[in-house]
Amino acid sequence: MPKLTINDIEVEVEPGTSILQAAEQIGIEIPRFCYHDRLSVPANCRMCLVEVSPGPPKPAASCAMACGEGMVVKTDSDMVKQARKGVMEMLLINHPLDCPICDQGGECDLQDQAVAYGYDRSRYHENKRAVKDKELGPLVNTVMTRCINCTRCVRFAEEIAGTPVLGQFNRGEEAEIGTFIDQVVDTELSGNMVDICPVGALTSKPYQFKARSWELRKTDTIDVHDAVGCNIRVDARGREVMRVLPRLHEEINEEWINDRSRFSYDGLSKARLDRPYIRDEKTGVMSESSWDEAFAVIKSKLAKVKGSEIAGLAGDLVSVEEMYAFKDFLHGLGSKDMDCRTDGSMIDPRVRGGYVMNSGIEAIEEADAILLVGVNPRYEGTLVDTRIRKAVRENGAKVALVGEACDLTYRYEHVGDSPADLEKLAKARSGFAKILKDAKKPVMIVGSGAYARADGAAVQALCHAAAEKLKVVRKDWNGFNVLQNAASRVGGLDIGFVPAKEGRGLAHILAGTKDGSVKAMFLLGADEFNARAEIGWKCFTVYVGHHGDHGAERADVILPSAAYTEQDGLYVNAEGRPQLARAAVTPPGEARSGWSIFRALSAVLGKALSYDTLAQLREEMVKHYPHLELIDERGANEWAVFDSKAKVSGDVFALPVRNFYLTNAICRASDTMRKCVGAFHASEVLEAAE
Amino acid sequence: MKKPFELHADYQPESFEFTKAYQKKIKDVIALYPPGRQQSAVMPLLDLAQRQVGEEGAKATPVYGGWIPRAAMDHIAEILDMPAVKVYEVATFYSMYNLAPVGKHLVQICTTTPCWLNGSDGVVKTCKDKLGIQMNETTEDGQFTIMEVECLGACVNAPMVQINDDYYEDLTPETMAELIDILGQDMKPTVGSQKGRACSMAASGPTVMLEGAKKAKVV
Repeated sequence: MPKLTINDIEVEVEPGTSILQAAEQIGIEIPRFCYHDRLSVPANCRMCLVEVSPGPPKPAASCAMACGEGMVVKTDSDMVKQARKGVMEMLLINHPLDCPICDQGGECDLQDQAVAYGYDRSRYHENKRAVKDKELGPLVNTVMTRCINCTRCVRFAEEIAGTPVLGQFNRGEEAEIGTFIDQVVDTELSGNMVDICPVGALTSKPYQFKARSWELRKTDTIDVHDAVGCNIRVDARGREVMRVLPRLHEEINEEWINDRSRFSYDGLSKARLDRPYIRDEKTGVMSESSWDEAFAVIKSKLAKVKGSEIAGLAGDLVSVEEMYAFKDFLHGLGSKDMDCRTDGSMIDPRVRGGYVMNSGIEAIEEADAILLVGVNPRYEGTLVDTRIRKAVRENGAKVALVGEACDLTYRYEHVGDSPADLEKLAKARSGFAKILKDAKKPVMIVGSGAYARADGAAVQALCHAAAEKLKVVRKDWNGFNVLQNAASRVGGLDIGFVPAKEGRGLAHILAGTKDGSVKAMFLLGADEFNARAEIGWKCFTVYVGHHGDHGAERADVILPSAAYTEQDGLYVNAEGRPQLARAAVTPPGEARSGWSIFRALSAVLGKALSYDTLAQLREEMVKHYPHLELIDERGANEWAVFDSKAKVSGDVFALPVRNFYLTNAICRASDTMRKCVGAFHASEVLEAAE
Repeated sequence: MKKPFELHADYQPESFEFTKAYQKKIKDVIALYPPGRQQSAVMPLLDLAQRQVGEEGAKATPVYGGWIPRAAMDHIAEILDMPAVKVYEVATFYSMYNLAPVGKHLVQICTTTPCWLNGSDGVVKTCKDKLGIQMNETTEDGQFTIMEVECLGACVNAPMVQINDDYYEDLTPETMAELIDILGQDMKPTVGSQKGRACSMAASGPTVMLEGAKKAKVV
């Protein structure tokens, strides 16, 4: 462990630590542009120069110099100050003075560091160079003249996103960043390049010229577009969400988020349900109404319906509290028919280890063998995919896939595409089965789509048995992961939003609406199935949700609720970690938070729920489900192997996410997401049209 | 200097393959690097691609010189198992890789200080006048391209030009014109000093280390 002195402070660091990192450990700031914690170190911006002795009598780049025993480092000597000023002056030779019209203004590294470390004027009066802007798709706007060639985006595209299409071309004054050949950067993580760009060269296209960073109200919350539970910050002005940024969480998303989480926010202000609607029985036309009228209609309709003839379905984006109140509400009416698995999943809710990621997301990067089953992690959990990529890049982890082949950007062995192939693999003694058995930390990731089929229960039993056989589950290590697709799913399964004993699940409920055994249906944000076709036309349907999407289209009464940015709510992510989402803005019009709608309606129906505030609801909820109180904690999960008597069919595993950019009601309302489909999924759109 | 090139131009071939003879050379080059580090061979491979194109160009009508088509860069990326963009980066960085067709004789005129002090302006003017082209242009018959380069390290014999792989030194406008004439007739001019001195020895013969000079048979 080398010991060194930085600005007269002694510090002992791990071998291999750079001077810059060592200084950071003791709270000394060293300015930098090209250096980034999570990327490789090119040492090309020269901003992090420090004085090091012993050594040559010139400043050294602290990001690339490892700490040595007995080094004496100065970060604030005259030589260092002079060097920084010189570097800054050079960087600004060609950087335009367009801060007033630059979106990065106010949160720009170059701006801040020029003020802190630069001269107050330039000695260069020559014309500045201009660089042609690059077309990188509908999300990332480029103003390449502002680029200082730090190559962070180049390294990000290659190392984190796995799409090495960016590069630095030519040299000297002509050096520029680009793709060389005209192509979009086809990654689900492109928005992060906007974040890591230290200047205004890469900015967000949808956010272009919309707001200034200092006008925005910032709220720390949780993303709900997939089950990863990325930590995000919602920036709002008034009651409009202006942008979404990632927030650091080392165990989940590090500091990245995917493009859907980041750019779908414009969908939050489109196609919104902002007041109750009632469908006229004779004409079939929806008309606006008041809450009282809507409740009255529901009351009169339910008067003739027995409790056993009522059913409820909860969708993908709803919080745990909403589902808890919904469940209580249905119980109060005497219904046992409810389901949160609207994707048709047969997943067993009794064993928690069977529906969450047991290894956790962070541990995946330590894995040395990874088996993917019926999943495209790139689309179903983009930030899980970055961990897999990290494992492949840094540990040389081997990856195999049972399921539909897809472009994962890293190499994998395609060992089959149906459950039968998984069965074969589990029995095998050589090939990838041996790699898994011999691995120190084997990981198996099963997609939620693998269980969303008629023989889902048998597939689940098979997966558990295979995990045991392939030694993915060991005494001190459980590498069996189910990668859920929907933010609400783990929470819903946790609180048992599934058919009670003798209750009916999704398939039977939907069948019941057609044969008349289900006469009234409540949908809580359930948009991921074709409600118009699947729910019998005689069934009285109430939709509680925030977007006019599939569910609202079919509804007889619509009760508007708040979206994830508009209410406090608990979400349990795919690894079983409860996290709190916070309201960033108020819901539009007369919309209310979901749980309070059920509370109010229950009183109208004479079965009032026992809580009046969200705090009371939570208090009661954690009495039944104590793990939900442990925010941001991930406990151990029980594990079981099921009897696998049932036969699995030979059908191939189908991927649940075909179109990454249109997976839920918010995305479908978003113009930005539609543009992404055109840019990144153009071939598929054409196929669909044919 | 930024190199002019177009990716979708008519002259870009659709595909590129190394010939048998070159495939053997490639194999030898890659074998120089340890396994897993074959990407290090990217620069020699780019050079080989340029040479192969140049050999084909010498037989074509009109003739052209060695350059690297985009298809060749993609092909090299495939051979070395690396992202194509990394090959583009290298190819655009170095001025000795031509990314667009050039003349059969690529005349690179040094105009850096020592050559300039010794009259490189005259050499440039001769080239321009005699060939009727400007910098970075190619004559219509595909024989000559002239371009300006920075110091090529032959300052003692300034001014100088590099034509394809050879240096021509101690130039005057007259000897430059002669060079162009000889090359234009597909003959090979004397390489090196055009004043007739050996290497960078003083014009009057060696002044020091006379014994050694005798042994080396330069006097």
